[in-house]
Amino acid sequence: MKGNEAIAEAAIRAGCRHYFGYPITPQTEIAAYMAKRMPKIGGTFLQAESEIAAINMVYGCASTGRRAMTSSSSPGLSLKAEGISYLAGADLPALIVNVQRGGPGLGGIQPSQSDYFFMTRGPGHGDFRIIVLAPASVQEMADMTRLAFELGEKYRMPAMLLADGTMGQMMEPVELPEAEIDPADVVKGKPWAVTGTQMKRVHNIVNSLYLKPDELERTNIERFERYAKVEKDECLWEEYMMDDAEICVVSCGITARVSKNAIVEARKRGVKVGMIRPKTLYPFPKAPLMAAAEKVKAFLAVELNMGQMKEDVELAVRCSRPVATCNRVGGMIPSADEVTEAIVALAQK
Amino acid sequence: MTYETIMAGFGGQGLLFSGKVLAHAALIEGKELSWLPSYGPEMRGGTCNCSVIVSDTPVGSPIIAHPNILMVMNEPSLDKFEAAVAPGGAVFVDSSLVPRKVSRTDVDAYYVPATKMAGDMEATSLANMILLGAIVEKLKCVRFGTVLEALKHTISARKASLLDLNVKAVTAGRDFILGA
Repeated sequence: MKGNEAIAEAAIRAGCRHYFGYPITPQTEIAAYMAKRMPKIGGTFLQAESEIAAINMVYGCASTGRRAMTSSSSPGLSLKAEGISYLAGADLPALIVNVQRGGPGLGGIQPSQSDYFFMTRGPGHGDFRIIVLAPASVQEMADMTRLAFELGEKYRMPAMLLADGTMGQMMEPVELPEAEIDPADVVKGKPWAVTGTQMKRVHNIVNSLYLKPDELERTNIERFERYAKVEKDECLWEEYMMDDAEICVVSCGITARVSKNAIVEARKRGVKVGMIRPKTLYPFPKAPLMAAAEKVKAFLAVELNMGQMKEDVELAVRCSRPVATCNRVGGMIPSADEVTEAIVALAQK
Repeated sequence: MTYETIMAGFGGQGLLFSGKVLAHAALIEGKELSWLPSYGPEMRGGTCNCSVIVSDTPVGSPIIAHPNILMVMNEPSLDKFEAAVAPGGAVFVDSSLVPRKVSRTDVDAYYVPATKMAGDMEATSLANMILLGAIVEKLKCVRFGTVLEALKHTISARKASLLDLNVKAVTAGRDFILGA
């Protein structure tokens, strides 16, 4: 199954019946899959007139407590930013998928991780964050889709699957959960949802407009108390060959896969190297990096941008160790040989 | 053992499909695998390739730097990938379309006039499957019988009538390489 298809099927099995999108390479298979499946299962597939329309349809749908999603690629996210900010301001959970391509501008259509800053810092105006998950296999594309819905609902915030073009286009074996979630059940336990009062309760209001500054301040502070819990409890990461490592690679998505090959190769050449792969980019797994900083002599951020995650690694380890970069951009991907050379060069420094 | 295969040629030659059949056969045999297409703005006539890894151990990077199997269906693809082939690797060339020989001496080269053979079978679009049949028979990366089974799963219901022809094509590739 292709990574994009795995996301779509996993979303359906997670009880999502509402997909709104606008086609863009390299994620169009998600929309195509939804167009085929949703009408057969009583769901909604809607190709909107633009990305902006699609995210606002998600906003409306999410306010009813249903599991709603949209998907796009980098340029589309610039357009969706306004709607994501509104979702965050209204404290609504929703799934947004970004299968990244090279930028800025229209850029290209080959894989990239250049939206790292844009997504992890809260993609939109105002003070907010969204949960950002970074899959590195087709299996994780599926698993993290369900997880994104769950985390988003737990903390009432938008959640994102931040993949790169390779993850969307590649095929690998994937095991999908047998147990499907009933779409009728996803509305339960959401007292804030706009579902009709039946004259039995006061109106629920979903809104992001607060004209009284003290009220708006309170919402911001309360929101960041939730973010603090997210940062404390929801960090996910994988450690690979870290037991005796002196060099620690930090990478996510396709570059983490390339790095695994490079680490095996560098170890053959006598370099003790391992990897910490963040699976959540927000919250960023600072604790394991800080712990690793006690043992390793340097970090190497391997990524498809000009060194964005590198800065998060520096922050996480409080610049206590040097952090080097091995990167390609514009749709290029470093080969395992290039990463191996970067590891060996760093070890010899 | 890990088989890292790049299949390359023009868009429209069915390279992504032959890769998918190989990947599906690996899936049936319970092996680890990955399938990665080049997905540029390619259309019929443009260059196109896919990377398939079949392994007994989990696949790290799905991107192949040094293929040990290369299947080429046009000359630009041979020019592009020949130097990358791992020493001792195998190169399968559609000799109906690629006028030159493989220049490396540290790899095994096999020349299959696949497009001509496919034309003789009145199935010009199945040269890819002839080459796949030859590769699988020669290198045993998956069992030949599993490829036939994989075809049943990968050919869509709409095109079910083409199953027999596909089986004929992979078998022709196998017979050719056995006789070569």
